[in-house]
Amino acid sequence: MEQVIKALLAVVIGVAAAVIYFYGSNKLLDIIFPSQTRDPAKGVRNLRVSGMIRPWLFLGPALLSLGVYLVWPVVASVDYSLHGPSGQNFVGLANYRWLFFDAEFRESMFNNMLWLVFVPALSTFFGLIIAWLTDRIWWGSFAKMMIFMPMAISFVGASVIWKFVYDYRGDGADQIGILNAIVVALGGEPHVWIAMPFWNNFFLMVILLWIQTGFAMVLLSAALRGIPEETIEAAVIDGANGLQIFFKIMVPQIYNTIAVVWTTITIIVLKIFDIVLAMTNGQWDTQVLANLMFDWMFRGGGDFGRGATIAIVIMVLVIPIMVWNIRNARKEMEGR
Amino acid sequence: MLSHKRSPLVWFSHITVALLVILWTIPTFGLLVTSLRDKDQIVASGWWTSLSTSTQNLIYRAPGADGQTEEDGVYVITGNALEGAGGKVAKFGTSSLRPEEYEVGQTVDIGDGQQLTVEESGDYRMTSPEPFGRRGERIFVTAEIPPRFTLENYRNVLTAEGIGQSFLNSLTVAIPSTIIPVLVAAYAAYALSWMKFPFRNLLLAIIVGLLVVPLQMSLIPLLQMYNKIGQTFGVPAKTYVGIWLAHMGFGLPLAIYLLRNYIAGLPREIMESARVDGANDFMIFNKIILPLSYPALASFAIFQFLWTWNDLLVATVFLGNSEQTIVLTARLRELLGSRGGNWEILTASAFISIIVPLIVFFALQRYLVRGLLAGSVKGG
Repeated sequence: MEQVIKALLAVVIGVAAAVIYFYGSNKLLDIIFPSQTRDPAKGVRNLRVSGMIRPWLFLGPALLSLGVYLVWPVVASVDYSLHGPSGQNFVGLANYRWLFFDAEFRESMFNNMLWLVFVPALSTFFGLIIAWLTDRIWWGSFAKMMIFMPMAISFVGASVIWKFVYDYRGDGADQIGILNAIVVALGGEPHVWIAMPFWNNFFLMVILLWIQTGFAMVLLSAALRGIPEETIEAAVIDGANGLQIFFKIMVPQIYNTIAVVWTTITIIVLKIFDIVLAMTNGQWDTQVLANLMFDWMFRGGGDFGRGATIAIVIMVLVIPIMVWNIRNARKEMEGR
Repeated sequence: MLSHKRSPLVWFSHITVALLVILWTIPTFGLLVTSLRDKDQIVASGWWTSLSTSTQNLIYRAPGADGQTEEDGVYVITGNALEGAGGKVAKFGTSSLRPEEYEVGQTVDIGDGQQLTVEESGDYRMTSPEPFGRRGERIFVTAEIPPRFTLENYRNVLTAEGIGQSFLNSLTVAIPSTIIPVLVAAYAAYALSWMKFPFRNLLLAIIVGLLVVPLQMSLIPLLQMYNKIGQTFGVPAKTYVGIWLAHMGFGLPLAIYLLRNYIAGLPREIMESARVDGANDFMIFNKIILPLSYPALASFAIFQFLWTWNDLLVATVFLGNSEQTIVLTARLRELLGSRGGNWEILTASAFISIIVPLIVFFALQRYLVRGLLAGSVKGG
């Protein structure tokens, strides 16, 4: 009970602080520069001054926290990557040289590439197919909801769910993991799926695929519905069959959304760490960059220099997408 | 809708989608079913057989000397080898090498003149001319156990495994981490949409760029900064305030982007007429924009809530794993390590950790989808 009260109190204080800032600072501004004054000229001047200050009152907390939590760390991480374990002594590019020759890093890069090739492609593909199929059946929205559901589950929760699917029991015992049970029922040998080097990467990818397909489906389904009916009707009149309509008429019209889905999942893949941590912690050749970094942050008291270096690598991989994003957003905003 | 609707493709659609839905729901369903099963049954058979009677090999240890009674000069121990589980015993034995040595109902000699009978119901009777030893005899039974469901696993994890405490911790992290950014982002989004000030477009471009900055970049510098602040002011470095602010910082780009898209789309006339009536931007925002933006605010709030509730990385780094503050996801990961084979604990814990997001998801799905569609540049 005491814990509940403590938690409640913390929540109230935290939220109240934010409300008080906005309310208080704006009220203060109105008191210092009142617009209703005896001297109308002064009132107008006050209005102009407060009009210049107010945007920054509105933006202040947002800019401050963006600066502290996202902009400054990028610069600081670069700096850390040039320093030793504690972040004190300058070591130049030694961390990068270490990275280049580190076998675990190469393994992570290789695995990350596997993830980058398969997960975005397959989630987009499945999402597209499901979006297309569910649009034509009466219980489509129910089906969508069920496929979308894993989006709500944490990566760790999903890992527990799938670890159970992959569970292995020794020879002779009844398999309680459904995958091995199916394999055995079909006359195969049970396997320790997550400890099979190389292939286990795919068993981990399945988890993210399971989560992200719903996301792809929702976006692509909306895009498919946005396609003008005339183009499809014209194709029907010309005698195109369902598959032709889908691949030749519909898909080309939603390339933009496909690109958005693809890049979004790509970024998620680059940052993926929870699944690997929970399933294998990088054992049996499943290490990925983000987990490697997490590992170095805490391994033996932590090596912040090496950790930051790996973070930089992740950042560099994201930059092309960042540029693409900004360009797209600009185009969109000009169109408004 | 269209003329191609009646093609054979529709049947193909029904079947394929049905298969996919089954494929997508089975893992979660298996978890739910398992979490409700008896822990002996979980390890004995797959969850898909949980509705049928299962054959299990159980080990029962009879009480020793303190459970015996004396009848006509013979020492007797009686009891039920199934411990009230219900079910039928088929075979029994007294050695781990031959657990199925005897048929039920048989009276067998188990050495030193001791005799044992096990009935189909599990009731057994052990007799001995001499008093029994302190340590009880083991009885191996092969039994047909009917399906049994229980909430025992949940009671167990909520009290003994600390899941209850972690549930509270997760709420303490997630609620302010949801409300504060929504508020901060709404003000910022309004300023970026309807107020005039220098560098507005540049700021917008930066925010769009920040949408994809990986969280990993921020961890080390912020961790160091938190430690320094903690040392300088003599306060702990890992606090709820610290994690709220971190979640706010990481959630803001998407929040501002989403809300700006929405607020910038509101009709200009509303704001202008209010301004003519003498309202300043603060009043316009509070009285007009905020109420009008509820759908967009809700969309983002759902995202942020799911994201903070499900987060593992930020909580591990900025809140730590002490018993007092550990959040559900981190606890679940710890259990995966320490109780890796105890599926009754893992499944019940996992289900508790996903139940809140699932409720939010099913109740507010409409807003979630709307948010996804509006903010599809999100980097996760």
